Amino acid sequence: MKYLDEYRDPALGRELLGRLARTASRPWRIMEVCGGQTHTLVRQGIDELLPAGIRMIHGPGCPVCVTPLETLDRAMAVAARPGVTFTSFGDMLRVPGSTTDLLALRARGADVRVVYSPMEAVRIAEENPDREVVFLAVGFETTAPANAMTVLHAARLGLANFSLLVSHVLVPPAMTALLEDPDCEVEAFLAAGHVCAVMGWREYEPIAERYQVPVVVTGFEPLDLLEGILMAVVQLEEGRYDVENQYARAVRRRGNDEAQLALARVFRVTDRAWRGIGTLPAGGLELAPEYAAFDAVRRFEVGAQHSVEDPDCIAGAILTGARLPTDCRAYGIRCTPRTPLGAPMVSSEGTCAAFHAAGRTGSTP
Amino acid sequence: MNIDCPVPYSEDDVVQLGHGAGGRLTAELLDRLVLPALGRRPDGPLEDAALLPGGGELVVSTDSFVVSPLTFPGGDIGSLAVHGTVNDLAMRGALPLALTLAVIAEEGLPLAELRSVLDSAGKAAQQADVPVITGDTKVVGRGAADRLFLNTTGIGRRVPGLAPSSARARAGDAVLLSGPIGLHGTAVLSTREGLGFETDIASDTRPLHRLVRALAPFGDAVHSLRDPTRGGLAASLNEIARDAGVGVEIAESALPVPSAVAAACDLLGLDPLIVANEGCFVAFVAPDIADAALLALRAHPEGAQAVRIGHCTTAHAARVELRTLLGARRVVDMPSGEQLPRIC
Ligand code: SF4
Repeated sequence: MKYLDEYRDPALGRELLGRLARTASRPWRIMEVCGGQTHTLVRQGIDELLPAGIRMIHGPGCPVCVTPLETLDRAMAVAARPGVTFTSFGDMLRVPGSTTDLLALRARGADVRVVYSPMEAVRIAEENPDREVVFLAVGFETTAPANAMTVLHAARLGLANFSLLVSHVLVPPAMTALLEDPDCEVEAFLAAGHVCAVMGWREYEPIAERYQVPVVVTGFEPLDLLEGILMAVVQLEEGRYDVENQYARAVRRRGNDEAQLALARVFRVTDRAWRGIGTLPAGGLELAPEYAAFDAVRRFEVGAQHSVEDPDCIAGAILTGARLPTDCRAYGIRCTPRTPLGAPMVSSEGTCAAFHAAGRTGSTP
Repeated sequence: MNIDCPVPYSEDDVVQLGHGAGGRLTAELLDRLVLPALGRRPDGPLEDAALLPGGGELVVSTDSFVVSPLTFPGGDIGSLAVHGTVNDLAMRGALPLALTLAVIAEEGLPLAELRSVLDSAGKAAQQADVPVITGDTKVVGRGAADRLFLNTTGIGRRVPGLAPSSARARAGDAVLLSGPIGLHGTAVLSTREGLGFETDIASDTRPLHRLVRALAPFGDAVHSLRDPTRGGLAASLNEIARDAGVGVEIAESALPVPSAVAAACDLLGLDPLIVANEGCFVAFVAPDIADAALLALRAHPEGAQAVRIGHCTTAHAARVELRTLLGARRVVDMPSGEQLPRIC
């Protein structure tokens, strides 16, 4: 693997910033949908280097952040059961549910394990036939194909002790919901490169057309983002609203056929609650009826939860880009990465955590 | 940003893995529980090793090693246990006089494996020129420990003239780094199953006392030394910034991150600044000797890649800031908790 130095070159970065300054004739508001992009923007301080008037609105694209509290409470309920080995990506472990988090459950004896790939969870299930192994399947179109493959794999192996707690979400319905909001300020989107690597960008064409909003498929490196922003600004200045691809080294229009096939076999589209945003029609994925046996919600009957959000947390407004973390009265006081009140402070991709890690305070623009 | 009163999580009353990760949680545990229990004030600088009371120039340090797996690319728990303590002594400017080694083994551990890591510890001690003068062996029942834990305690004597302390860094100091960062943590991680990445990264575990001795000619101008183990460079810089009450400013473009480490970190969503190291240190030295000190470090193989990464300032006292590649600034915070458990 090659380190992408060429996408972090400071001289090229300054050149792109200069071109941006020369191109933008008026203020524009651009949303980066993806949390990984938010992270790069804030870590590199790119949003503060942009020419005056070009404002980045940090979008809802952090998988940890949009996972509903109810799903988290279900995860805790399952993980607390004797005989259950609960597996998850590391980021999800610290997200507080209504009363506890997975790390605290683990410290009290629950078998909670961090895995770096869902296949690892299948392997644990294979090796421990006497344990019920559950994987917390959250995230966007990026993580969903791998999770679909684990279900296919587990089905082939005839594993009866493996299940998924599914809370997958889909990006285009969220963009549509944002654009339907009369208060929406977004004038152009940077679409998430890795989501498009799976799904391609055909889905974005009707959105760009209908709402007359430019969409630029963009990568995650500093220069990717600067170039994506520049492409969006050029479109805005020219009055165009096309779907363009900045991330050509990884993305093609039709995406990845194999991944899409696996998705279509294992999952089906469903209405899905997004934390802080509400239920979006066709906003997520659930297991298809043929694979219902792998559904942890059914297996452990944890459908109903009484989930309550912290009253101070404005995660919803943060996720839609309506407010900044520094607008939140709990930010940096009651809510820190050590004691997160809401998901955007937990995930390293969350806007609140990205701001906190970069030491942003209320006085920073 | 850290004057918050922590939310009273009722779950917090048990030890969590993050308490051992060398970041903010560890500091909290020390300040609120360990130090008060031992009758120590929680606000003094916490160094890698302590001066022996009444011992003149004698320095003591102790460290336990619980790395999993026992063997990893570039080293094993045996060599790590020797290097870790030798290096903690060296960070107070001391050369090791003697080590102790205590073994806690789990019932069922193959003797061949025990022999192999102890051989490796013996070899490491020999190479570091330090005798292991006493030790202890305990065996616990299956399940009461994970295979093998080691503890080493070291006694060292300070090199005449050297008196580094994390509290002595001052505005204007140059910040030097003796070698590339991120190797140890990513090397151990790469051995864990199912991570989906294969690399040729090897741990940088090595003794650093000779490299520290190379700084002896600069004597008092060597203000602070720290080896960025758990919590990585971010934790070490924050500790010195806090203990000395100075601001630290580093340049991202100057940070030596090997490309394989950068790639692994990208893949795993880790920040190389918080990944553990076992074979490099940061040195805060007076600006007028910075260039000469760099040359002295580079004259040794283990310091061949030494670089200057930044400086101390009176601005933003007790905080670490990084100038990004594109020229913006951001704060480098103390890592908060568990990143990669059981890496040392
Ligand atoms: S700072 Fe914390 S409480 Fe405020 S919106 Fe972010 S996550 Fe919620």
